[in-house]
Amino acid sequence: MALRDETGPYFGDFGGRFVPESLIAALDELSEAWELAKQDPGYAAELSELHATYTGRPSIITEVPRFAEHAGGARIILKREDLNHTGSHKINNVLGQALLTKRIGKTRVIAETGAGQHGVATATAAALFGLDCVIYMGEVDTERQALNVARMRLLGAEVIAVKTGSRTLKDAINDAMRDWVTNVESTNYIFGTVAGPHPFPAMVRDLQKIIGEEARQQVLDLTGKLPDAVAACVGGGSNAMGIFHAFLDDPDVALYGFEAAGEGVDTPRHAATISKGRPGVLHGAKSFLLQDDDGQTIESHSISAGLDYPGVGPEHSWLSSIGRATYRPVTDAAAMSALRLLSRTEGIIPAIESAHALAGALELGKELGAEATILINLSGRGDKDMETAGRYFDLIDQGAEQS
Amino acid sequence: MSSVASVLAERKEAGSGALIGYLPVGFPTFDESVDAAVAIARNGVDIIELGLPYSDPVMDGPVIQKATQHALANGFKLSHGFDAVRAITSRVDVPVLLMTYWNPVVQYGVERFADDLAAAGGAGLITPDLIPDEGADWLAASERSGLDRVFLAAPSSSDARLRQAVDASRGFVYAVSTMGITGARGDVDKAAQILVSRLREAGCENACVGLGISTAEQVREILAYADGAIVGSALVKALADGGVDRVAAVARELAQGTARAN
Repeated sequence: MALRDETGPYFGDFGGRFVPESLIAALDELSEAWELAKQDPGYAAELSELHATYTGRPSIITEVPRFAEHAGGARIILKREDLNHTGSHKINNVLGQALLTKRIGKTRVIAETGAGQHGVATATAAALFGLDCVIYMGEVDTERQALNVARMRLLGAEVIAVKTGSRTLKDAINDAMRDWVTNVESTNYIFGTVAGPHPFPAMVRDLQKIIGEEARQQVLDLTGKLPDAVAACVGGGSNAMGIFHAFLDDPDVALYGFEAAGEGVDTPRHAATISKGRPGVLHGAKSFLLQDDDGQTIESHSISAGLDYPGVGPEHSWLSSIGRATYRPVTDAAAMSALRLLSRTEGIIPAIESAHALAGALELGKELGAEATILINLSGRGDKDMETAGRYFDLIDQGAEQS
Repeated sequence: MSSVASVLAERKEAGSGALIGYLPVGFPTFDESVDAAVAIARNGVDIIELGLPYSDPVMDGPVIQKATQHALANGFKLSHGFDAVRAITSRVDVPVLLMTYWNPVVQYGVERFADDLAAAGGAGLITPDLIPDEGADWLAASERSGLDRVFLAAPSSSDARLRQAVDASRGFVYAVSTMGITGARGDVDKAAQILVSRLREAGCENACVGLGISTAEQVREILAYADGAIVGSALVKALADGGVDRVAAVARELAQGTARAN
């Protein structure tokens, strides 16, 4: 069977539905609605109309030769998901799930968000479709992504700052699940990444795979051949699954996922789930996760709120376990340096999340050599990160002056 | 018959039903959590549901979250769960079920967990985020070790799923009274009564109702149609507010709802 044909609930040993019984009926309903929608040309037409007239798809590709000079001379091409309406790939998934919400007749949507990109996308879709919207966001993240909180509120969503646990994305998911268990009759949970219980990993992947489908053809048109490597950052892993999927059965295309190494994978402060974690159950699926000997989830750390998650989607765990994709850690420092480099060499300010993929590709280019072509998913734009970046580089500049 | 099933049978025999009390291990301290469990057992609680604190408890409301986070911050380890079962069962003759999210069991090793729980004198497991569909390892381990396994049934569960929960469970089926998470509620849903009658139609012998129960009156109402009433947050709150004495008093008060015939 082609690798692209996997539909869950299991991806090898990973995936499943480890959730309270109260949610099973809703997950069954969603699975069934999704299976029907996938076969329905009307649904596809509606979604593709939204892509064309609302999101701005297909997103373009941009070759970045000045940036590539720093990557051993390899040819580097960016898939520009940062140019989508709302500023990241998240809108692709959200529009699909919002349409599905209408089909199953629910009037309220909830979502978790880390960096705020998925929350903004969900609030946007809720405004567009006239749905009530509540966004759960860890208190730590509401502080470091205050601009996105304001955007969501302006769009009419209620933003709830989650104060339990590590007060980041994982706790936002816990609270969103609690809300869903309580309000499942009226409410659809628009999950933001390829993690969680079935059908989310497969459904979100299916809604994001358009990234790779477009990019595969665009790269072929530009270069006459497939890229040698495809690179993406991995938190939960939706932008990475989105760009990987079309290439899964192209054996000559290497796939690289770059996880957030925070202050370093040998420190306790990182979010490199596949690199440093081991299999377990979190948020409804069996997958790799950061945990202690007792199976308690360990708090992750990344300068990027969108990658600050101790779990990862089960399909990534599977692709790693069968050797189809390679996952590597990228530190905060390397990501920030790549963020500045792309800004200065190409005039494109990436999201800090996407900068992890850029940093990884700089190393990859040196390994693969000047003949190689690397396709990078530029999953989001950096506007939301200006405060973090401003603070980060001010510190570095002061340090440099003092030394 | 398992110790849990025989307690339920005795209580039914006596014309009533069982009061099942939840408390987490390690809150406010290990010793006090053991003392509190012993105290509620001595004040009318028939079966103890002992919770293992977990970092991501998606079924729990604010009261239990706060208590279990406190226990984790104080250094709770899984081995303390077995220690607590051993300590409680050495002092009072009540069945003790562990309530645990699934990942800690997976990491400990399902078979090893079953062995150590049985060796400590535990009666079995309540698994809020493990459905029978995903529970093959636990079904095998509990079969081998003779432990009870309590799966959940919800008002939203299909008839087929209720039958599955009834067939897979041993001890009792945990009937979730309402769509939601743990925490005291003013009214326990009519949904609970309907769910229990659907469980009976699915062949359920022992159905115990939990979520939202905090008064003797609610216990009495539930025991009119169910085999047990499960109280959690109300006990945890009492322990947090007034220590072991207070939780004992609340247990005694709740036990009025069991309307003992003897």
